[in-house]
Amino acid sequence: MEDKNNIALSVRDLKTFFYTNNRCNKAVNGVSFDVEKGKTLCIVGESGCGKSVTAATIMQLLPTLSRIEEGEIKFQKDDKIINIEKLEKNGKEMREIRGSDIAMIFQDPMTALNPVYTVGFQISENLKYHTNLNKKEIREKCISLLNDMGIPLPEKRVDEYPHSYSGGMRQRAMIAMAMACNPKILIADEPTTALDVTIQAQIFELMDKLKKENDTAIILITHDMGVVAELADNVAVMYMGNIVEAGTADDVLRRPTHPYTKALLESVPVLGRGKNQDINPIKGSTPDPYNRPIGCQFAPRCNWQTESCDVMPEITQINETHQVRCHKYEQFFEKYK
Amino acid sequence: MKKEILKLRGVKVHFPVQAGVFNRVVGHVLAVDGVDLAIFRGEVLGLAGESGCGKTTLGKAILRLVEPTDGEVKYISQDDDETELTSLEKKDMDPFRKKLQIVFQDPHSSLNPSFTIFGSLQDPLKKFGIKSKEERRKIIGDLLEAVNMRREYMDRYPHEFSGGQRQRIGIVRALCLEPELIVCDEAVSALDVSIQAQVLKLLMQLKKEKNLTYLFITHDLSVTEYLCDRIAVMYLGRIVELCDSEDLYNNTLHPYSEALISAIPVADLDKQTKRIVLEGDVPSPVNPPKGCPFHPRCPKATDICKTEVPTLKKYSTNGNEHYASCHLIDLPEIS
Repeated sequence: MEDKNNIALSVRDLKTFFYTNNRCNKAVNGVSFDVEKGKTLCIVGESGCGKSVTAATIMQLLPTLSRIEEGEIKFQKDDKIINIEKLEKNGKEMREIRGSDIAMIFQDPMTALNPVYTVGFQISENLKYHTNLNKKEIREKCISLLNDMGIPLPEKRVDEYPHSYSGGMRQRAMIAMAMACNPKILIADEPTTALDVTIQAQIFELMDKLKKENDTAIILITHDMGVVAELADNVAVMYMGNIVEAGTADDVLRRPTHPYTKALLESVPVLGRGKNQDINPIKGSTPDPYNRPIGCQFAPRCNWQTESCDVMPEITQINETHQVRCHKYEQFFEKYK
Repeated sequence: MKKEILKLRGVKVHFPVQAGVFNRVVGHVLAVDGVDLAIFRGEVLGLAGESGCGKTTLGKAILRLVEPTDGEVKYISQDDDETELTSLEKKDMDPFRKKLQIVFQDPHSSLNPSFTIFGSLQDPLKKFGIKSKEERRKIIGDLLEAVNMRREYMDRYPHEFSGGQRQRIGIVRALCLEPELIVCDEAVSALDVSIQAQVLKLLMQLKKEKNLTYLFITHDLSVTEYLCDRIAVMYLGRIVELCDSEDLYNNTLHPYSEALISAIPVADLDKQTKRIVLEGDVPSPVNPPKGCPFHPRCPKATDICKTEVPTLKKYSTNGNEHYASCHLIDLPEIS
């Protein structure tokens, strides 16, 4: 498909299961995608679809009750390919990668920062473990990072505690922390959900800049189709632990071929379409992960359900970039020709 | 002629900030700082703004869930009787509580977990004179069916329901006294997109059936555009723009509304616009900036903005009334 060297991270058939109360929750159930350098991959889905677990799996930050059941996560580090899933969770190699090569921005900036350490200390921790800089250089680097993030008076702010930062500034401090070692891959797990739209715009501007300047590959996890339209180069739509549709932003947003993607796009009012636009709710709600439908997971909520949907559809490659997991994709794709 | 249901004049809600050993009052949070607003019967009025701009406080002040520090809230009944609500004694407020209801933001914390749904919802009916239990069960059962839930659900506990279902129960709670106005305080923000659409559709359907008026408080401007007839945009406790919802998007007058609209990610590849990125954060409402409260972040600010507070003036766009408070608007003012 694409040039192999361009791919920063490649995930193949990843399965992460949770074991609680003698039950098994197949949170991520066979997910495959590639992330290219300097591109943004958006993973979209509703709560509980496994998008955050996918991110946590890549970072090996899973809780003890869960494990990677199957699959590969191949990370390309200086022409060497590392299989992340084979590394020990807290082993030396994984610790080397985590935070320096692959960094993560968490959803809630209010709880992700430690309230008893200064922001500067928390950013410098990363630099202390992953670089050979001395104390003075680390501090300078911290200040310049905060400055890059557009935090006013960084010399003063670096010694302040998280409580004196506003929500948007905390998220920027988190991004500074993630960017400290120039990671090759940045995973952002709903980075702006807790923030106001004007602050969200600031954060997006920042992420765009980082992508262009450092050629960072970004995995952006979100539930907002609007965010996808603005930022994504590639999109993967997840539902109940599977990717149901993937492709470039153009493919997925202009030619949605899976009924779930279509339904998601139709269920939100779009700004600028006025009062007469029609929104169509998706009927029902997401199924209980312990009591899943057999076959296609979306079938019970789908308007085009037939008997063939009792078998889980395979991933079909429609064209070079666009793939979908639905028995009846042809019927939808026909219309776009 | 449109008839008003509520008229606010100069509503202010100030919360004291206390500090020191003796809890001396050292300042005030100016949560709502002088709002004039009229809500017409049968309309959906959107109240939009960022967090901390006072939109929820204003919604609660109307129902006197927080006491306004100053100003008037007038309720106008169907027979044109005006009643000033803020000066009423607590118990005289009761008949108006029946007319004005609220749906709260967080469906997870607004239902008491130790009561069944019927247990929670029957209290207001009891208070307003429906003595027989059968009748109360019938009213609640009918309403549950009206929001597409099963009648039997009233004997279940809140933890048995999903977020979307709880929000619908919240709507039933607001509806059971047959109100005229419902304040929807971020009623769909906590829900997933697919569920959000269900609740939005339901609200619109109920409005038609029961002839309701909504004050729809939200930070999501794409929802307001879809739902509302008029929209008021708030910033730091004041209304900065108030107009028909179409005019807000097509003929934006205030630079803040403009930035707010441009910042919203649009799920349509053909409608991508340039983001206007505002500098910095919303200033603290304890110590708002002098002059126009928006001037430190405004890309168009001039000298006059730093000293003089703009007032809400009336303009006309597309033949509709359009209120905005900005010094830099180039339109003739209408008196």
